[in-house]
Amino acid sequence: MKRYLIRRFIQMVIVLIGISIISFLIMHLAPGDPVDIMAERNATPEQKAHIRELYGLNEPLPIQYLNWIGRVVKGDFGTSFVTGRPVLEMILERLPATLILNFWAMIIIYLIAVPVGMISALKQYSWFDHVVTTVAFFGRALPQFWFALMLIYFIGLRFGGVQISGMATWGVNWGVQPFFTVLQDRISYIILPLIVLAFSGMAGIARYMRASMLDVVHQDYIRTARSKGLPEKKVVTGHAFRNALLPIVTLIGFELPILFSGAVIIETIFSWPGIGLLAVNAISQQDYMIVMAFNLLGATMTVIGMFLADILYMVVDPRIKLE
Amino acid sequence: MAQQTATIKDIKADETYLKMVWRRFKKHKLAVISLLFILTIALIAILAPIISPYGYDQTNRDNIMSGPSREHILGTDRIGRDMFTRLVWGARISLSVGLVAALVSVTVGTLIGATAGYFGGIIDDILMRFTEMVMSFPVIFLLLTIVTLVERSVFNVMLVIGLTSWTGLARMVRGQFLSLRESDYVEAARALGAKNSRIVIKHMLLNSMAPIIVNATLQVGTAILAESSLSFLGLGITSPPSWGTILNSGRFYMRYAPWITIFPGLLIFGTVLAFNYIGDGLRDALDPYLKR
Repeated sequence: MKRYLIRRFIQMVIVLIGISIISFLIMHLAPGDPVDIMAERNATPEQKAHIRELYGLNEPLPIQYLNWIGRVVKGDFGTSFVTGRPVLEMILERLPATLILNFWAMIIIYLIAVPVGMISALKQYSWFDHVVTTVAFFGRALPQFWFALMLIYFIGLRFGGVQISGMATWGVNWGVQPFFTVLQDRISYIILPLIVLAFSGMAGIARYMRASMLDVVHQDYIRTARSKGLPEKKVVTGHAFRNALLPIVTLIGFELPILFSGAVIIETIFSWPGIGLLAVNAISQQDYMIVMAFNLLGATMTVIGMFLADILYMVVDPRIKLE
Repeated sequence: MAQQTATIKDIKADETYLKMVWRRFKKHKLAVISLLFILTIALIAILAPIISPYGYDQTNRDNIMSGPSREHILGTDRIGRDMFTRLVWGARISLSVGLVAALVSVTVGTLIGATAGYFGGIIDDILMRFTEMVMSFPVIFLLLTIVTLVERSVFNVMLVIGLTSWTGLARMVRGQFLSLRESDYVEAARALGAKNSRIVIKHMLLNSMAPIIVNATLQVGTAILAESSLSFLGLGITSPPSWGTILNSGRFYMRYAPWITIFPGLLIFGTVLAFNYIGDGLRDALDPYLKR
């Protein structure tokens, strides 16, 4: 196990280095000379050359990469071309909004999808199972943005209590207004993006839980538990459920990257001021420093998430021994 | 063993493989309906110039954002273009983007997966680490980033979608090849002195065909979704429009002209769903070891 961990860790480091090189190259391919953006409009060629030297842009590409990655490791992702502020600061400022949305989405997803998947498996081929598998199948084909727009049209534009843009009413703050007024305000904003995120996440988890449960209930130890006369309830909750949950726990490792990829479309539609909206705006303003930071952070999170999922899997399931 | 017996029951002696696949595919009602649906959409796309009553960019200033009527059965958009015409032309773009992107994705994925699985060792290591790198980027955002770097044409969009979506298939084909490499019949072929190329193509690739075909079918749907997401974020194909572009153009007028958003979304949804059902049906039909 120790050898596996070390090998897995080395693999992760290699992939991380590769990701940073790809990110760097994409940034390098970006149209426009960064010097033109940094220099004043009527800068002389000498001044431009000076800037070039100052930022090390006249160095060979590999040296530029090393300089850049050296700064990135220290948390310096450069400054935004548009606002002139440090990229990391801008991302950290937007992160809480994304985290809040995803935190509640995850809670809803697991609270609903896990029992639904379980019941679906226990009553395989029942009407309930058919409905669940069909809805999950539909969920995979449903364009997320269209689903969001339909919610806006059929609910958001018809019910005054539901907001379709932003995350809070200006001036309504915790501690200033009564607790329930603020709570109601926040819910009115989060409800629609939450429904979209939760629905699209649920389909996958429910299917996964169903498959995992189906796998478990056909195992010998379940048959043993039944044949020694345990009540069905105990077999399901004590033996089957706990074992079926194992693979689901590891999925939490995959939730990290969803923060990045899932945020892009939802935050754009609902003007939710998180990192996804920041990134999409950066794309349209050609603010490549933010674009690269987002790509790099997103990819890094995915790699770390997969690594964590692997380790978690070994920790929760002692039967697994990898070479 | 249970699986083996089920197979033997389902194979008829005087039947070709293709006939068997078709017979089994037909059992999946939803897949057959989906196939008919896709064929209809494809036919409409091919006949677009004949079917469409107006030009896809033909505007009508007196008829802006009007609802479905006799002249415009699906209404008009915000500069008076006929929605039905635009959707018919949109089928062309969306379907061809889906098909070509899936072709690119399946070709790259199969090549990389097969190379890694057949050679193993250091080549496998390098290719798989590379696959993991590509896989790690947030897909939609990576698409957005690359699309801003290249000239935005239909072909480039197809290429970019294809080149970012091959990773899952590559890993699967690699797994197939790794296990086939050790199988008895490949060893037998080798013992009989078959050439490497013959082993790869005849024995390994043909035996991995079923999952590759299923993946290709699902990939068409995924690519259509990806293109529509790109277009939705304003970075897709504008003229002739794709379904995603049309949908995006109605986004801010939903209150007054919801049909601009509703119809293209329904088409995307239906088409992707249909490809998924066809993939599902093919999975059941192609794999002789599956019961059902």
